[in-house]
Amino acid sequence: MWQKIKVAFHKLGSPAYFYGFSGRLLPWLWIAFGGLAAWGLYQALFVVPPDYQQGDSYRILFIHVPSAWQAMMTYVTMSVLAVITLVWRIRIAEIMAMVSAPIGAAFTLICLTTGALWGKPTWGTYWAWDARLTSMLVLLFIYLGIMGLYAAFEDRRKGARVASVLILVGLVNIPIIHFSVEWWTTLHQGATIRLFGESTMDPSMIEPLIYMTIATKVLYAALLLMRSRTELADQDRRRAWVRQRVAGSTARG
Amino acid sequence: MSEFLEMGSHGFYVWTSYAIFFAVLAWQVCQPVARHRRLRAQLIEEQALRKGNYEDEAR
Repeated sequence: MWQKIKVAFHKLGSPAYFYGFSGRLLPWLWIAFGGLAAWGLYQALFVVPPDYQQGDSYRILFIHVPSAWQAMMTYVTMSVLAVITLVWRIRIAEIMAMVSAPIGAAFTLICLTTGALWGKPTWGTYWAWDARLTSMLVLLFIYLGIMGLYAAFEDRRKGARVASVLILVGLVNIPIIHFSVEWWTTLHQGATIRLFGESTMDPSMIEPLIYMTIATKVLYAALLLMRSRTELADQDRRRAWVRQRVAGSTARG
Repeated sequence: MSEFLEMGSHGFYVWTSYAIFFAVLAWQVCQPVARHRRLRAQLIEEQALRKGNYEDEAR
């Protein structure tokens, strides 16, 4: 059993195998995302009642909160991949770390803009230099910095290693974002959902939030695989497997 | 229906948020798809040039 897992893991390290495997996995991820998001959004927009204080504007939170979580989760995943890059130099891990940056930046952007649109009717302002908001903006800049640094190197493997160091330096921002609502109680409210202990959110409102959270996780996986296989094929464009699988008349990308 | 769209006077904020959510995600999907297509087209072109039979039908 253990041997089988080990063999499967090493197989995934082979570019051609990874390309084929991710190509077969992708349609299933898209189906899963479609189902979860459709059910979650239906609940969020039609089923759950308006909040007694915020009215209907709180429906924004069903996309804001999962995006915020995914923006941070992407960073943590990217950091693990960065450690693998620096220690073992596994090329697939390098590529997955690098293509995670634009995806994380997209989730951060959604988080910031939807947060602003929720803040206007609720707090009376689109933006404030509150600790949570500012640290989230810093996260966006870190993502953009990683993308820029990676793109600045002609040798992409070298660029990935240098950017990996920046990823690990930027990791310090993640606990700051998480605890910002406790350390500085300026504007953004504290967490109402807790993994450990009791949540202070109404149970009927939690269900769509859970669906949307799982949906964004699946979406990240799908976007990650899509970008990884393109980047991999681009880096290996002179290699035989790319000629056969990507440009060949039989296999479609 | 119009009551649903109004979202208790918060319609603008709610629908703009959802529009941004889907627009950003659609962009995230289109970007790698376009890049993959471009790469594929380049590879096919290179292959055709190497073989010396440059024809559009190879596309």
